[in-house]
Amino acid sequence: MNLMRRTVLATAAALALTPATAFAQETIKVGEINHYKRLAAFAEPYRKGIELALSEINADGGVLGKDLEFIFRDDQGDPAEAVKIAEELMTRDGAVMFTGSILSNVGLALSSFANEKKYLYLAAEPLADTLVWTSGNPYTFRLRVSTWVQAAMLAEEAAKTDAIKYATIAPNYAYGTDAVEAFKTNLKMLKPEVEFVAEQWPALFKIDAGAEVQAIERAKPDAIYNVTFGTDLAKFVRQGTDRGLFEGRPVYGLLTGEPEYLEPLEDEAPEGWFVTGFPWYGFEDGTPGKTFVDAYEDFTGETPKIGSLVGYMTAQSIAAAITKAGATDTEALRMAFEGLEVEGTPIGTLHYREIDNQSTLGAWTGTTAVEDGKGVMVDWTYNDPAPYMPSDEEIMEMRPAE
Amino acid sequence: MAFFFAQFLTGLANAAALFLVASGLSLIFGVTRIVNFAHGSFYMLGAFIGVVLMDLLPGHVGFWGAILLTGLAVGLIGAVVEMVVLRPIYRAPELFQLVATFGVILVIQDLALMIWGAEDRLGPRAPGLRGVWRIFDEPVPKYDIVLIAITPVILFALWYLIARTRLGVLVRAATQDREMVGALGVNQAWLFTGVFALGSALAGLGGALQLPKGGADLLMDFNIIGAVFVVVVIGGMGSLPGAFIASVLISVLNVFGVTYLPQSTLVLMYVVMAVVLIVRPYGLLGREEVAGEHGQVGAPETPIRPYGRKGMALVAVLLALLALLPVFAEPFVLTLVVDMVVFALFAASLHFILGSGGLVSFGHAAFFGGGAYAAALLVYHTGTPMELAFLFAPLAAGLLALGIGWFCIRLTGVYFAMLTLAFSQLVWSLAFQWRSVTRGDDGLVNIWPAEWLSGDIAYYYFALAFGIGGILVLRHVIHAPFGYALRAGRDSPRQAEATGIDVKRVQFAAFALAGAMAGLAGGIFVFSKGSVFPTELEIAKSFDALIVVFLGGVKTLAGGVVGASFMTVVEDWLVRLEYWRLLLGLVIIAVVIVMPEGIVGTLRTLWRRLRHSDEEAV
Repeated sequence: MNLMRRTVLATAAALALTPATAFAQETIKVGEINHYKRLAAFAEPYRKGIELALSEINADGGVLGKDLEFIFRDDQGDPAEAVKIAEELMTRDGAVMFTGSILSNVGLALSSFANEKKYLYLAAEPLADTLVWTSGNPYTFRLRVSTWVQAAMLAEEAAKTDAIKYATIAPNYAYGTDAVEAFKTNLKMLKPEVEFVAEQWPALFKIDAGAEVQAIERAKPDAIYNVTFGTDLAKFVRQGTDRGLFEGRPVYGLLTGEPEYLEPLEDEAPEGWFVTGFPWYGFEDGTPGKTFVDAYEDFTGETPKIGSLVGYMTAQSIAAAITKAGATDTEALRMAFEGLEVEGTPIGTLHYREIDNQSTLGAWTGTTAVEDGKGVMVDWTYNDPAPYMPSDEEIMEMRPAE
Repeated sequence: MAFFFAQFLTGLANAAALFLVASGLSLIFGVTRIVNFAHGSFYMLGAFIGVVLMDLLPGHVGFWGAILLTGLAVGLIGAVVEMVVLRPIYRAPELFQLVATFGVILVIQDLALMIWGAEDRLGPRAPGLRGVWRIFDEPVPKYDIVLIAITPVILFALWYLIARTRLGVLVRAATQDREMVGALGVNQAWLFTGVFALGSALAGLGGALQLPKGGADLLMDFNIIGAVFVVVVIGGMGSLPGAFIASVLISVLNVFGVTYLPQSTLVLMYVVMAVVLIVRPYGLLGREEVAGEHGQVGAPETPIRPYGRKGMALVAVLLALLALLPVFAEPFVLTLVVDMVVFALFAASLHFILGSGGLVSFGHAAFFGGGAYAAALLVYHTGTPMELAFLFAPLAAGLLALGIGWFCIRLTGVYFAMLTLAFSQLVWSLAFQWRSVTRGDDGLVNIWPAEWLSGDIAYYYFALAFGIGGILVLRHVIHAPFGYALRAGRDSPRQAEATGIDVKRVQFAAFALAGAMAGLAGGIFVFSKGSVFPTELEIAKSFDALIVVFLGGVKTLAGGVVGASFMTVVEDWLVRLEYWRLLLGLVIIAVVIVMPEGIVGTLRTLWRRLRHSDEEAV
C-alpha cells in the first residue's frame, strides 16, 4: 500500500479530531444519549417530552440564571458506543451530567462508566432493576418505575382471583426473565398454591406467535401473564384472539397499556386484560396530569406516550437538582439528587429515595377495552410504588456498599 | 395426534414468507454470486408498501392485487439498486459486493423512517379470511391454510421458470459459467439485473404476504435476514427446492422447539444449520462450489514484500505521532484513538485469515467478544487482577478458535462462512442465556483497569502498545514462511499440497492465531469501556469487521487497519447528524463504487500511475 497516502489519511484524521473551540458558557448543558434511530418509536416521544419541559423551564428563567440545554446524541443502541459518547459529553462538551437510554444494557454500561469516572447519570427509562439494586452505585439515579414494582401490582390483582395454573410468555432476554421472576415471586408470596404450567420465551421481535399460542393452549392454564410488547404483542394478540386463547382466562399484561404498544393495535387491542400503562386520555381537568397532556398536545400536535411523560419528568428532575445544588459540579449535583423533591410534576411531587436512588414514580393499572376503534384502559388507578418495593433491609443487602 | 398435526400446519404456514424471501436470495446468489445482505430490506419494503396499497385498494381484489403490485414495486426497486450500486463492481474481488449491499441497508432504513415514520404498522387482515377453521377440533387460522396452499404454487412457478423456459436456461447457464454465457452473445448485465429484480420481488412478496400475520416495522430487515441465510445455506446455495425443504424444516422445527424447549428460541436454527453443514458440507441439495476466485478476479496479485526503508520510516513517524498525541490532544481524542486501535486490531485479525488465507469468516465476533468475556468473567467472578485477566483474553479466544476451527476448516467458501456464523451465534446465545454466569444481556459491568492504568493517558499507551503490537505481529507472520504457506493454500491448494504443505493444518493454525488476536482486541476493549454485553458477540459485530476489511482492500496488507480507522472517524462524524444512516450508507456505496479495490488498493494503483514504479511494498 502507499504509505505516503496513508500518512496523509492519518494526518487528516488526526486534524479532523481537533476540538472545536469551546464557546463561553451561555447555557448549562446536560448530555442525553439515546437510540433515536434504532428505537425511534420510543425515543422520539421521550425527546419531545424533554423539549416541552425545557421550553417551560427556560421561559421561567432557566436554572441558576442560565438557560438549560440538552445535547441529544444517538448511540446506535450499542453500549460501547454510548460509553464513548458519555466520555465526549464529559470531556469535550462540558455537560454537567448526563441522562438517557431506553435499553437496559446501555443503561448499565453508562451506569458503570458514571461510577468509574465520578460523573452523574440519571437513568431515565431503563427498566432493569439491577441498575439501582444489585449493580447500584452512588452516581446513578433512576426515574422510571421498576419492573419489580409493576409486576407486583399485577400479581396483587392476580392473587384476588381463584386462578391456580398460570402460563407466562415473555421475550427471551434479561428484562423478560426479570419480569417473570418478579411476578412469580410476588404471586407465590400472596398465594403459595399457584403453579406455573408453561413458560414461553419467544426471541425478542421474532415471535412465532402461532406456535406460542398453541403451546400455551396445550398447558390449559387458568390465567396468563404477558410480558411481550411491540410487534411481538401485536402478533401474539392476533393469533391468540383467532385461536381463542384468551376466552374465559384472565390475562395480566406488563406495559401492555402503554400507548406505545396499545395504540398500534387499534381496534384489535385485547379487551379485559389487566395491565400497567398510561391512560392519559382519562385524566380529569384540573389535575397536574391533564395540564401536562394539554401542554404536550399543544407543543407537539400529538398525543403523549409514556416516553413523553418520562422525558418531561427527566428534564424537570435535572432542573430541580441543579437549582437545589446551586452549583454544577458533580458532587454538588449528586448530593442534591440524594432525597431530591421535584415539585409540580404531572404526578404531583416526585421524590428520589436516598436508600437506592430510585424515584417514587408509580404506575397506572387498569383494564383494557376498545372504545371508538382504539385500545384504552378503563377503571384505572394510579398506584404509589412504596408498598410494592422490597424492604429497606433487602435493598441494603442487594446494593453494593458505598 | 391432532395437536401435532395442528403444529405442523403452523410450521408450514410460517414457512411461506421465509421460503419466498430465501428463494429470492438463493436465486440472486446462484447467478450473480452476490451475498445480498440487503435482502431483508426488500422484505421490509414489501411489508410497508403492502400496508399502504392495502389501505388504498378495497376488498378481495384489492388485497391480492396489492400483494402482486408490491412484488412488482419492490422488484423495480431491486432493479434500480442493481444497476446503480452493484453493476459497477462486478469485477471487484469476490464478496466485495456485500459491502455495497450493507450500504443499501443503511440507506433503506433511513428512507423507510422518513417515509413511513417510526410507528409499527399492524397488517390488515385478509378479507374473508378472519378467524379459524377447525381441523381435528384444533383451531387453524384460515389465512394459514391459504399460505400453505400458495407456497407450493410459487415453488412450482419458479421451478417452471428456471427449468422449462429459455430465460431459465440462460440463468442456469450463468450459474455454471458466466464467461461462456457472455461469449455466446447474451447480455449478462441485463440477465443479472433481471435476476436481481426477480429475487427482490420475491422478497417483497414475502413481506406483503405475511401482513395478515404480522405487520410492518423498522426492525424487520435485520430480524429476518439471519433465518433467511440459514435457510439458503441448509437448502444449498442456489437450489430452489432446497430452499423450500429448508424453510419447511426450520419453521416446523421452530414450532416444536417452542413447545418442547421454550428457551431454545434464540439458537435452535443455528444448531440445525451447524449439524446439517457438518454432515452435509454443501447443504441438503447444494452442489460443491466451483472453486471460488478468492481475491483472484481481475489482475493477478503481485507478491507481497515487506516495507522498504521509506515505508519503515513513514510507519515510524506515524507511530511517533501517536505516541506524542497525549501531549497536544484533548482527552476525548485519546478515547477515539483507543477505539480505533481496538477496531483496527480486530479487523487486522480477520484480514489475516481473509486476505492471506482466503477464509471468509462471518463469525469473527465470537473471538473478539469471547476474549472480552473471558477477561471480564475472571474479573467479575474471581476478582483476578486486571493484568492477569487481560492476558487470559487472547488465550481463551485462541482456544475457542481452535475448537470452532476444527469443525469449520473442512468447508470452503460461503459454507465455511456460514458455519463460522452458526458457531458465533452459539457463543452469543451462551453469553445471552447462561445468566448465572454471564448475567445475560445485563452484561458484566465494572470491569475497569488496574490502578496504575486507570488514567486516560496510561491506558492510551497500554492500548497502543498491545494494539499496534498485535498488528505488527500479524504482519510479521504474513511475511514469515508460515504466511507464504498460508497464501499458497489460498491461491492453489493442490499445488501447495504437492509441495508438501498441509493446507488444512496451516489454515487451522492461522484461524487460531486470528482468533487469539481478535481476543486481544477484545481484552483491550473491555477494560477501556468497563463493561461487556452480548452485543459484542452479535452478527452485526462480525459484519462490521468484514465490511472494513473489504472497504480497506482485501488484497492489501494494510486494508483492515486503514478500513477500520476510516470507518471509526467517519462514523464518529456522521452519527452527530439527524440522518446519519442515510449518509453513512451513501458514503459506503460511494467508496465502493469509486474504489473497487478498496481504499488502499485503489490508492496504490493511483500512486503507481503517478510514479510509474512499484514503490509499494505491501
